[in-house]
Amino acid sequence: MVERNCREVKVREVRFLGTWDEPSDFVELTLENPGWESYRPGQFAMLRAKLWGLELPWGRPFSISRVDAETVTFFVQVVGRGTSRLARLRPDDVVIIWGPLGNGFSAPPETPTLLLAGGMGIAPFRGYIENHPTPEFLHLLFAHRASIDFYPYSSMSQKVRADAVQEHSADDLPDIIARIEAAMDEYSGGLVLACGPTPFLRTVQAHALKKNIRAEISLEKTMACGVGACLGCVCKDGQGKHVQVCARGPVFSAAAVQI
Amino acid sequence: MIDLRVEFAGLVLKNPIITASGTFGFGLEFSSFGDLKRLGGIVVKGLSLKAREGNPMPRVAETPCGMLNAIGIQNPGVEAFLRDKLPLLPWRETAIIANMYACTVPEFGELADTLSGEEGVAALEVNVSCPNVSQGGSAFGQDPAQIRKVTEMVKKRAKGKPVIVKLSPNVTDIASCAQAAQDGGADAVSLINTLLGMAVDIRTRKPTLANVMGGLSGPAIKPVALRCVHQVCRKVTIPVIGIGGIVSAEDALEFILLGASAVQVGTANFLRPDQSFRIVDDLPRAMIKAHSDSLHELRGSLKLP
Repeated sequence: MVERNCREVKVREVRFLGTWDEPSDFVELTLENPGWESYRPGQFAMLRAKLWGLELPWGRPFSISRVDAETVTFFVQVVGRGTSRLARLRPDDVVIIWGPLGNGFSAPPETPTLLLAGGMGIAPFRGYIENHPTPEFLHLLFAHRASIDFYPYSSMSQKVRADAVQEHSADDLPDIIARIEAAMDEYSGGLVLACGPTPFLRTVQAHALKKNIRAEISLEKTMACGVGACLGCVCKDGQGKHVQVCARGPVFSAAAVQI
Repeated sequence: MIDLRVEFAGLVLKNPIITASGTFGFGLEFSSFGDLKRLGGIVVKGLSLKAREGNPMPRVAETPCGMLNAIGIQNPGVEAFLRDKLPLLPWRETAIIANMYACTVPEFGELADTLSGEEGVAALEVNVSCPNVSQGGSAFGQDPAQIRKVTEMVKKRAKGKPVIVKLSPNVTDIASCAQAAQDGGADAVSLINTLLGMAVDIRTRKPTLANVMGGLSGPAIKPVALRCVHQVCRKVTIPVIGIGGIVSAEDALEFILLGASAVQVGTANFLRPDQSFRIVDDLPRAMIKAHSDSLHELRGSLKLP
């Protein structure tokens, strides 16, 4: 599963192609394609706007949402200094990008596959659905807090079987967890892929291990380099050893990682 | 064609740009972003005798124009480095400098013994200045007598390989630490390691780093680094390698003007992973800006009032 990181990866400077209708905490960020010929959904890229200068020394890691011949798209939720600046980019602003990084999700054909997305964790599944050889075998279950209009859900639900469930308050959690577990049981003979906040991933991981379901989970960590060098984004593998999420993940077999 | 070659402490480098320990992995992580052979040198991630898992997460935090880290010398151990990494590095073309971390003086000696037996290791850098470990590290680096003892031990076991002592800025008088390294037989000193710092999250009311404190690096510390290099260059006769906040060829020349023989580029490798290669490419242009075509002429040419 592990594709060695960074074999052909270069740093590129590309233009921001979008415009914003109005300020939002959820934005679709479309950039010029940096010359990527292929990628594996679940992989990510580091982005750093050129005009950040030295004030923000790190790039920011984002899951690649989709790629076509001309563009590459990311979904960004504004949570801090980097994302708030990315959400204010202006047309033709230059973004420094290095990727695709990391390993990506498995995509076996003709395998019943459940896609579990929590909030912004929906991002990689857009490209996953578009690139999958047998999308009729896919089922998306999307759990979210903010209005569904903020997410690219509707375009995805036209392509595959899809269900969405909104968490209005913490009281909804037991029901949502029950739905996730029931869906996983339905796919116990296939494959479960999950991307979302850590508590969401813990739920998926615990159930996968309990029921011996093949599952892959995509982790999110603060990263400085994105290429395996700084050792700032480690998690523990199945043996309790620190491994870099950027270079050894971000997608891990649920049985092979401690979260 | 400007000659960028530098020679000091028994090392011959094709240019004065060296990547700093802990910011460039084992070099191999960056091989798609540029030709490693174009770098003057690579200081690999700090090595200990046995593998270390390092500190708990979170380990890094971005700060204005800088960052904090408390990795805690996570590394696969010296044997794994020699077996799995060194043979893949272009050590015939680019100086591979082994950064060593240990908790005791005899352990430093053992590490020096192992590493200096390798043809592919150009020099040893002694880390007596890591702020993120409970034993060794700064505990050595804050006491000139200990610096001298560690240096003597490493030098004795280095089989003639150049010994570079990496100094901490978290001291009252860094020049006397450099003097202690020189007295212990060091071939060069490199400075500065990170400044001890801290970040706090008011929402959780917790320190941002699990280790509570960490080392500050990046452009924010460059003025402190320049001051330290200036003080050390005026004190010792051995070569000095300047480190601290270098992100451009101009920054590198600032340290060379103070008297540094070479520089190390650290946090800038996170700005973008090809940054060190870009600095190498940009050096001739920056030298023209400084009205010089010779690093030798620039070195130590600072005009003091």
